[in-house]
Amino acid sequence: MSRPPRRRAGRGRAPGEPRAVGYLYVLPALLLYAAFLLYPFGQSVWLSFLHWDGLTRATPAGLDNYRDLFTDPELRAPFAHALLLLLFSSALPVLIGLLLAAALSRNRVRGTTFFRTVLFLPQVLALTVVGVAWRSILAPDGLLNDTLRALGLGRLARPWLGDYDWALPAVGIVGTWVGTGLCLVLFLAGAQRIPRELYEAARLDGAGPLREFRAVTLPGLRPQLAVALTLTIAAGLRNFDLIYITTGGGPGDATSVPAYEVYHRAFETNQVGSAAAVGVALTVLIFALTVTVARLAEGRRP
Amino acid sequence: MRGRRRERNRALPAALAAGVLVLAAACVPGTDGSAAGRPGTGVGTAVPDPAKAGKVTLTVWDQEVQGGQNDELEQLNREFQRKYPNVTVKRVARGFTDLKATLKLALSGNNPPDVVQANQGYPDMVAFVQAGLLAPLDDYAGIYEWNTRYPTALLNLNRVSADGRRFGTGRLYGISQTGEYIGLYYNKDVLTKAGLRPPTTWDEFTDGLARLKAAGELPVQFGNLDKYPAIHTFGVLHGRLGADRARATVFGRGDGFDTAATREAAATLADWVERGYLPAGANGLGYDDAAKKFAAGSGGYLITGTWQLAELKRAMGDRLGFMPPPPTTAGGAPVTTGGQGLAWSIAARSRHREVAAAYLDFLTSPHAADVMTRHGVLPVVPGPAARRAGPDTVDGQLVAGWERLSAADGLVPYLDYATPTFYDTLSESLQGVLAGNLSPRRFAATLQRDYGAFLRERRTRAADR
Repeated sequence: MSRPPRRRAGRGRAPGEPRAVGYLYVLPALLLYAAFLLYPFGQSVWLSFLHWDGLTRATPAGLDNYRDLFTDPELRAPFAHALLLLLFSSALPVLIGLLLAAALSRNRVRGTTFFRTVLFLPQVLALTVVGVAWRSILAPDGLLNDTLRALGLGRLARPWLGDYDWALPAVGIVGTWVGTGLCLVLFLAGAQRIPRELYEAARLDGAGPLREFRAVTLPGLRPQLAVALTLTIAAGLRNFDLIYITTGGGPGDATSVPAYEVYHRAFETNQVGSAAAVGVALTVLIFALTVTVARLAEGRRP
Repeated sequence: MRGRRRERNRALPAALAAGVLVLAAACVPGTDGSAAGRPGTGVGTAVPDPAKAGKVTLTVWDQEVQGGQNDELEQLNREFQRKYPNVTVKRVARGFTDLKATLKLALSGNNPPDVVQANQGYPDMVAFVQAGLLAPLDDYAGIYEWNTRYPTALLNLNRVSADGRRFGTGRLYGISQTGEYIGLYYNKDVLTKAGLRPPTTWDEFTDGLARLKAAGELPVQFGNLDKYPAIHTFGVLHGRLGADRARATVFGRGDGFDTAATREAAATLADWVERGYLPAGANGLGYDDAAKKFAAGSGGYLITGTWQLAELKRAMGDRLGFMPPPPTTAGGAPVTTGGQGLAWSIAARSRHREVAAAYLDFLTSPHAADVMTRHGVLPVVPGPAARRAGPDTVDGQLVAGWERLSAADGLVPYLDYATPTFYDTLSESLQGVLAGNLSPRRFAATLQRDYGAFLRERRTRAADR
């Protein structure tokens, strides 16, 4: 008779068993993580239940700061703006990235590497630099308006960042410009891993480019889609630098977003408790959205 | 920065799970007010002698990073250290916004700087005084005769009541080195081409705007993307309709902002946009960009502060002129927004208060005023060098305007001092007025809502004590 399986397991454990050893490996990182991220986050949660100006004695606020998030129009607007901006900083880059990736992976384009590098470049630049550059492009007599006038479209020219209706989309377009390269590179990498045979099979079956995209490319890119959405959603909601540099939330409060509001309240108007509540709410929102994306991506995987 | 922020988001799942840690963190230093120092009173009556203070390092946080102001301060710091070899001045200079954002943490931390530059008004100076972070300077003002050297109206801007509730009255918490006011920069060439001379009355000025427009020039160069410049333009329009009432309102005892003056000033601003006196896309043009365009010859006037003078003079030379906004009648008393640079204050927990006080006196002495003048900076109390500047030079116009304003008591403090959130309310609403989607009536009501709420809260908090 062979030996009982239990003893064999005792002698040569599977890698990573028992589980506790795994935690030991993570422990040093976890400690750092706790000290510099979890602890401050806990402090933020605590602050969000206080009325505090950052200097004098704090008073308990209960749920006041959170209630304000729903009742104060000045706090509701930033969240609405952030969700609208997600269209520009997440949905559009993913869409454009997909189209470009499909086009580039189907046909051999000369200089693909060059295009890829150029399109990825905005990712490498500090957002502050991006903001300064776009601020001058969008200025009343900046590059964009000059181009419009040169094309005879002068009546479309406007002070983009100072226009109540156009400031938010204008900042959004900058977000699209930044995010598209990342999505494209992710999708191109993903597309390269899709077996060529699938495309050949599709072509033999008489599939056109559209059909091919739907039946082969899109399903093959599902994991990359999830990553791209997660990254761009998080980046879009955390958008502080761009707003700070380009509009400062203006005109009026047409482009204020939660991340900017956190800074603004904590450091400029001495409303630390309220700032913390906005920060916590933003955290929860990002968490909820990214978990949803992850769930959807995993759930649909064959 | 982006990298770090990304890390933070990956931490979230774990952070939410770590409820234990959240509870452990349930005590944030400072929220009980423990970080605040005690304002002491142990001040002598004799003139302090820093030479006898032993080896001292004076840590100074200032925001004088711009050209002439930086040079002037560097020189004065060098001279101070030469005069007192036992004293080392450790200067930490950052831009206005940076200083404003970090000063609160520095002052309430464990190792505060000795001397800081604090912005006047409720958001900064009053908040610091309430928390007991600044030392009262009344004794030093007596010892060093700041009380007689400085105009009372300007010293009052650095006063906060003992209970830390009122601004503009009470104890002295700082002294300012530079003066500043909003005036009219004009391009002599552009004015001459339109057949104009520098205006002597307000009506002459506004008639001139129409003439400039008719001549195909932009009457007033203006950029408001940064939100605050309109506060200054509006301040000029608002103040000239009643300087005393405007001043009283900023100090929390006037008739508020829902007034005819507010509505009329806002209507004028909207009217200027309508008539094309201001650039149509002003809300989309940066402050610096507007100044550059003016320097390059676009615009008859530029309405902004004295701090721009050195920069504009460098670009425009003799074509540049400067004056306070003209009075209603020729030779009348001029009125404008202005006051002084940020206050130089001493931290309550500084261990070298006497040396710090001597430093403040040095920075504001007649000699310092001359150093400032040589670097193109307007001192609060102009020294002999300022008087030697020719009356036709733009430097001479700057000083002459300042003295006329001081003599006529014509300075109205910046309106954003009024409440802790007023900068926000005012700048956002003014962008609305400029864009034409906030009527003067609703504009006035919006300001009053902020102002009234602040006064009410202050009253309830006072009643609670």
